Amino acid sequence: MTARRPLHEDGAGAPIRWALIACALVFLAAFLVVPLAAVISAAFEQGWRVYWDSVTEPDAQSAIRLTLLTALIVVPLNTVFGVAAAWAIAKFTFPGRTILITLIDLPFAVSPVISGFVFVLLFGANGLIGSWLAAHGMKIIFAFPGLVLTTLFVTAPFVARELIPLMQEQGPEIEEAAVALGASGWQTFWRITLPNIKWGLLYGVILLNARAIGEFGAVSVVSGHIRGETNTMPLHVEILYNEYNFTAAFAVASLLTLMAVVVLAAKSLIAWRTHAVLTTSARPGLAVSDIHR
Amino acid sequence: MSIEVVHISKRFGTFAAVEDVSLRIETGELVGLLGPSGSGKTTLLRVIGGLDMPDSGSVAIDDVEVTGQGVRQRRVGFVFQHYALFRHLSVFDNVAFGLRVRPRSTRKSESEIRGRVQQLLDLVQLGFLADRYPAQLSGGQRQRVALARALAVEPRLLLLDEPFGALDAKVRKELRRWLRQLHAELRVTTVFVTHDQEEALELSDRVVIMNQGRLEQVGTPEQVYHAPSSLFVYQFLGEVNLFVGRVSGDKAYLGGMEVDLPNQAGAPADVARLFIRPHLLQVHAEPTTGAFRATVVRINRAGPSVKIELLAEWGDPVFVEMSPERCDQLKLARDAVVFISPQSHDLFVRE
Repeated sequence: MTARRPLHEDGAGAPIRWALIACALVFLAAFLVVPLAAVISAAFEQGWRVYWDSVTEPDAQSAIRLTLLTALIVVPLNTVFGVAAAWAIAKFTFPGRTILITLIDLPFAVSPVISGFVFVLLFGANGLIGSWLAAHGMKIIFAFPGLVLTTLFVTAPFVARELIPLMQEQGPEIEEAAVALGASGWQTFWRITLPNIKWGLLYGVILLNARAIGEFGAVSVVSGHIRGETNTMPLHVEILYNEYNFTAAFAVASLLTLMAVVVLAAKSLIAWRTHAVLTTSARPGLAVSDIHR
Repeated sequence: MSIEVVHISKRFGTFAAVEDVSLRIETGELVGLLGPSGSGKTTLLRVIGGLDMPDSGSVAIDDVEVTGQGVRQRRVGFVFQHYALFRHLSVFDNVAFGLRVRPRSTRKSESEIRGRVQQLLDLVQLGFLADRYPAQLSGGQRQRVALARALAVEPRLLLLDEPFGALDAKVRKELRRWLRQLHAELRVTTVFVTHDQEEALELSDRVVIMNQGRLEQVGTPEQVYHAPSSLFVYQFLGEVNLFVGRVSGDKAYLGGMEVDLPNQAGAPADVARLFIRPHLLQVHAEPTTGAFRATVVRINRAGPSVKIELLAEWGDPVFVEMSPERCDQLKLARDAVVFISPQSHDLFVRE
């Protein structure tokens, strides 16, 4: 493991270096910090009272609940899917493997709005399965199941994308060693594979969670925007905004922003941690908790 | 435990990694699988261990067929080329892994496991490193941990894939000697893969030489070195000079050399290829009968014998090895002109 060395230790390229840093900082301030500050300040424009009312009124509460519930279902499902897909792709060769790799990227490749429409086409009143579902009293589009399905689709790649290169780099040898020593498939997974991909997995889950909470396009198509029923937080913000209820819109938006900031903080903590694990040889085992003892 | 491999073939896509290999390894033997990269030696080892399934043929351990069994059922100790240590576990936990994953009914108590692991770590002389993590160990130490881990489950066979491949020369030699001692102590049937002919010849009871997925020769180090069964084996087991020439009657003429062919079997042919190891060529200061002219290009005095690279009068490089005394006696130096004649030779191919 080689430590990264600054390009110009002698300071020869200092002006260029400072110019680049300044560029990055100005860009960051203009496009990230200022809007973020604007959201917060707009949210509190009419004081704490209005802010509090905006985020506690029933429709807002319903939107928050719906968003969290969706994430609660989607995150575990896509985590399991991601680990399974990454495991299969990284450790085995089988027919259709390359197709699977391409398919995993599909949700990233198509616009979320299109993803939403696909589900409307499938499950909508005139859709392929929709009429059969309607006849049996099941409602997917413009209802909670539709939100979960589209969010599942849109966020499917996150965990797998994070894990595939990691698992490919680690190769099949440690698993083979474990099995040769008599470990069963489950023992190998829990005791060997999982501890080795733990930080990458957590990183993937955090990105997945962020997207599950914040998804707008696809969810907007299938939601139907029924207040207090199928409105997630991003959709609720849009409705409030369209009603010129700016303060309330920004108040809910600030909650979303807060979630994003927390997620980002967790992400950088993990990135920092992973980096520390990879670079210290002093005590690499520190990072790995003894979950099986 | 003996190993019997019968007509094993294994393909990867269109590449035939192992082709129709049959081999028997007796209980307690230490056998080296030797070959260039891509010769199928690692695949054969993995097939024996049950990590790869053969396309055809069968594997028997202790005369019981195990072809359909996976590595888990075969109870073999496998040591991987890059050790494959569990980097999130301490040295102690690495070695204990195989004992701890046993089903409850056959698992030993934790105190028994601790005792056994300590004993194994002492065996590989690493007891003092039990609490370290793999990243904190040197290459040689990692290799020994991998070996202790494989031995912990009391394997019927020990299979090692390029066990010393990633180590520097000095550590390699030490570990080689150490492995030989360990094998003498434990008498576990051991098969190791190597591309280093010196390692194979020094360590093995028998050497299995492979080329392009097939067995070239199986025999003791002495047999394969002194009685190679094919051109490939001859060339692979050491430095070789090749001379091409004509055959006439019971003599071969190669450059300025005239070589007697008393009982070389085979029909008379026009073209002969003569192979002579560097230490079997004699160097003279003055022209003698049957010798050819050569110019000294390079002299390497490092080591017990002097290695000399020359250019034959017809422009091919020639390699000679001689004692330092002889070298001093001849007063060899760069660009010196000398005369070379064969002391003895192995004629291999007539065309």
